[in-house]
Order: sequence, then C-alpha cells, then structure tokens
Amino acid sequence: MANLVSHPDEVRVVSKRFGQGATDIDRYLALDGYQATQKALGMGADAVINEVKASNLRGRGGAGFPAGMKWSFVPKQSPKPKYVLCNGDESEPGTCKDRLIFEHDPHSVIEGVIIAGIAVGSHQGYIYLRGEYRYLIEIMEKAVADAYARGFLGKNIFGSGYDFECAVQTGAGAYEVGEESALMESLEGKRGIPRVRPPFPAVVGLYGGPTVINNAETLANVPHIILGGGEWYAGLGPPKNGGTRLFCLSGSVNKPGVYELPMGYNLRKMIDEVAGGIWNGRKLKAVQPGGSSVPVLTADEVDIAMDFDSVGKAGSMLGSGAVVIIDDSTCMVKYALRVMRFYQHESCGWCIPCREGTDWLKKTLTRFHSGGGVRRDIDNIQYLAENMLGRTFCPLGDAAAMPIISLVKKFRKEFEDHLEGKPCPYEDHGKIGQLPVLTAYDHRAADPWTHAH
Amino acid sequence: MKFSDQLEKRFTELLTHYPIKRSALIPMLLYAQDEVGCVSDEVVHEIAARLDLTDLEVRNVVSYYSMLHTKPIGKYNIQVCTNISCMLRGAENIFDHIRKRLGIGHKQDTPDGLFHLEEVECIGACCWGPALQVNYDFHESLTREKVDEVLDRYRSRP
Repeated sequence: MANLVSHPDEVRVVSKRFGQGATDIDRYLALDGYQATQKALGMGADAVINEVKASNLRGRGGAGFPAGMKWSFVPKQSPKPKYVLCNGDESEPGTCKDRLIFEHDPHSVIEGVIIAGIAVGSHQGYIYLRGEYRYLIEIMEKAVADAYARGFLGKNIFGSGYDFECAVQTGAGAYEVGEESALMESLEGKRGIPRVRPPFPAVVGLYGGPTVINNAETLANVPHIILGGGEWYAGLGPPKNGGTRLFCLSGSVNKPGVYELPMGYNLRKMIDEVAGGIWNGRKLKAVQPGGSSVPVLTADEVDIAMDFDSVGKAGSMLGSGAVVIIDDSTCMVKYALRVMRFYQHESCGWCIPCREGTDWLKKTLTRFHSGGGVRRDIDNIQYLAENMLGRTFCPLGDAAAMPIISLVKKFRKEFEDHLEGKPCPYEDHGKIGQLPVLTAYDHRAADPWTHAH
Repeated sequence: MKFSDQLEKRFTELLTHYPIKRSALIPMLLYAQDEVGCVSDEVVHEIAARLDLTDLEVRNVVSYYSMLHTKPIGKYNIQVCTNISCMLRGAENIFDHIRKRLGIGHKQDTPDGLFHLEEVECIGACCWGPALQVNYDFHESLTREKVDEVLDRYRSRP
C-alpha cells in the first residue's frame, strides 16, 4: 500500500476521501457518496455536459482535452450502443496517482463512469486497469459488486428508470494500451495497436459504437463537479484550467509523493517546498513536468505556473501530472538513454518511424553513453528524433521524440563531454561497469522483435 | 483442459461482461497463467476453443503483452523497476544487488526454481521508488537491507 503524504498548500477534492476508509460502501455513502449520481440523474444529459463544460475540467491522462467538449461530440442518436471507458492503464513513467484513487476512493470512479454515461446516453461502462495493479482490480471488482448489490448499478439505478452496467477489465502489461484507441483494441481482445483517426472514438469507438474514454482522475473529479458546481471547480484553478491536480512529485527530492495542488501552482515552489527540496544537499538540474514523454525544463526554467497553458508556453507539457525532478549528479545522456530504452521496449511496432526510430536511438545512445560516440552522432540523434514527430498514428512516436530533442538542445555540452572515447564524466567510474545497459541487460532477451516473451 | 472451480466461475462471469466473446481473451490468459504457471500450448488451445478463435489468433495476442509468458518461470517473479523515477533513487544498484544475491540476470531463474528476475518498465510506484513487485505484491522505498528482508521472507515461505 502506497504511503500518503500531505502539505498545507494542498486543496483536496479528488483526494478528499483518501485514508478515510471509503472503499467500504457505507463509509462512502456517509461521505456524500452517490449523491452526485442521483443529482445527475435528475439533471439530465445536457445539464450534466454543461456543468462539466463550465468546470473547465481537462483530461488528466496527459492531453488536457476539455472533458465536457469531448462528451458533447458523442452523437445523441446512435444505432449502435454507446460506451464509457475509464482509462486506468496508468503507465506513463513518473505517474502513480490513479493508483491512489483506485486504492482509496474506488466508488468515485464508478460514479464518474455512471455520470459520463448519463451525459452521453450510454448504458455500459468499462473500467480498464493495467494488469500489474492486481490488488486494485480486486478493490474495484468489490466496489462494483457492492454498487450492484445496492442497486446503484444494473437495471433502473436509484429507481430512475435508467439502466447502467459496469465491469472491470484487466490489461496484461503494455504501455501502448494507455492510448485510447489501443485500449479499445485491447478490450476487444486484440493486440494494443492504435487505430487510424478519423473516425474518432466519440463516433466510432469500442465495438464500433460511439465511445467516451477518460482518464480515471478525470472521471473521479466529475462527481465533485456535479455536487459543487462547475463554477466552483473552475474557480480553483486559473482560466481554462479548472480545478486541482494530483501531482506525482518523484525523483531526487526529500519528500516525494502524490500531492493535490491547485492548477497553476508554481513549479519551483512545488520542488523546494512541497517536495522538500533536492535531496542529499545537491542542486536541481532539470525537471520533466508531465511524465517521461514531455520536453525537459532546465533549473532556470522552473519558475512557471503548473497549468496546461503555462507549461505549454514554457516549451513543455503538463502531461499526466508526473513531475520528475532530476538532481545535478545525474548524467543527462544516461537519462536520455533510459527514456529511450523505455519507448523502444513499448513501441507496438505498427508505425515504422516509431518502431525503427526508437530502436536506432536506443542503440546510438547506448554506444554514445559508453564512450563510443562520434561528434556527428549528436546531430544524428536530434535528426532521428525530429523525424519521428507527427509521423505516427498515435502519440507514442512524439512521446519518445520530444524529451530527446529537448535533452540534446538543452544539454548538448553533456553529450560533447562523452566524445572521443571518454567514459561518462558525470558518474563514479567504478559504477559504470555495473550499468545494466552495459552488462546485465540482455538485449536479445528483451527484444520483442526477435524473441517471444 | 480443466481449470479450478474458482477460475471456471471467473470465466463464466467474464463472458457476461461483453457483447463479443473475444473481449474475455486477455483477462482469461492472465488468470489462466496465474493458475497454470505460464500460457502453455495447452492453455492457448483451450482458450482459443472456448472463444471460437484459432490458436494463432491467441498466440498473436500473447506475444504482445509483457506480463504473459509461454514458458514456466520461477515461483516468485521479482520485477525491479529501473525507469526514471526509480533510477534517480538508485534502482540500478538495487537491481544489481539482487542479481548478485541470486546469481542470476534479467529474465533468468534460480536453479531451485524459486525466483525469476526481471528488469521491468514503470510499475506505477514512482513516488515510492525504488520499487519492485514480487508477482503482484509491491515492495517500495527499497534499500539493500530491505531487499534482503524481502528475499528472505519469500525464501522462507512454506
């Protein structure tokens, strides 16, 4: 069980029930549970969508798309059944917030799914969790069973005449499945390969029916918006960036943890005060403010507001709310290599620029970091990454390219310091021989293209 | 092929969740693996038959998902995350320590069949790193000493 932390600057909305025993349905009901669903049933679809639009709730999975607008794209009339999907495939490196929601407040997710269903006229929801989260799947399955037993799910929920079914689904290990269309493929029992869009999921999604897919944190916020009102929620953050966010502060800091802070909270303050500053008396070198897929910010660039638009203006992205904090003892070439090893491992292989690009970059960076680099590799790394941008069906290609491009641009000197056969200048040389990439890491065994698992 | 009553019950229940049978494939493979030890040829054939799929269609899916494996592995699967958040807090040293203690490398088993070791990608324990999973159980905020305790605990289990 993951440890909970707290800080006086926190504004608790989605984490309000953490540590309160809300997995128990009676306890959840005592904490205003299922009030929002009943209110939404009385409001009707249009009023629910308008409330969520007014809240400026934007997608917490990473893209930051306005949730109310996404729901409004679903056609009112459809010959095929409509679906609501909760994306709990949480796999973006640095992100561990949905895990806490499932662990501490599973019914809020179920409520979010039902309310989204009411908004778009769907009668079936699926909550998809990554396979590694087995203990959370058990918690969610129990929560769903309890909700059925009380008549909150199933036929005629709350005696309203509205039917809503909901089921929990497990994945089996794949980052790519966190991408919306790949998740639908996986839920249909296939390899998680992205679909060509358009048509977008709102029109043709799961089983060919109109589908709404939202991140777990997005959906867990919805009941609070219905109860508190869109205007209240919007007012918690800066314009167009409603509410709060679960920020996962991780890496080289004294007090890592998941903190719920208002949108627009200052990043420097987040690192120095909320996370307790850089550990071991070291200094800040860089930050990835939204998970491993976003461009890095240097120590001079962190005086910014953490909302979608401000981080975008600063040349990065708010992403999944994973703030990875890097201290000055870290070799940024090694960091780039670790990021690329991840994307090479997770590329589904469907689009050539991503499949080949991540593999070439991993190989080049491995050689480069171990002292076998030549000067033109530096530009070549940049060139390869730039040529992946915008050339793939899903955002994984961009996700792999963006951090690398920024690392070469902002830390070029560190790349140059590795040239001419020099061992990595940023690390204890005794340790270098122990790096998994050089010794223990068996590339053939880990290579999905030549070996089955 | 016969699974346990509990698993049969789960499969029956699963099939009620979806408009098409095939949607049950990935959960069925994972739960069958938990019981059988791996997704063996027999498991593939059985699940394919139950879902009206060909063996090839099932294999095609099995090869995509990193948690599914077609050969038996050690009883306790130690999955060490070395992704960025864990790496910044010394995950490589943790992985190395386990490697040395068990005398095995990435995707290898101890000769007694007790442990399997894997270096894995992010497991969602970023704020509590370095972290590892033994089968489905999380062990977080690791130090070498804590790792030793964890290994000893699994070793002394009946």
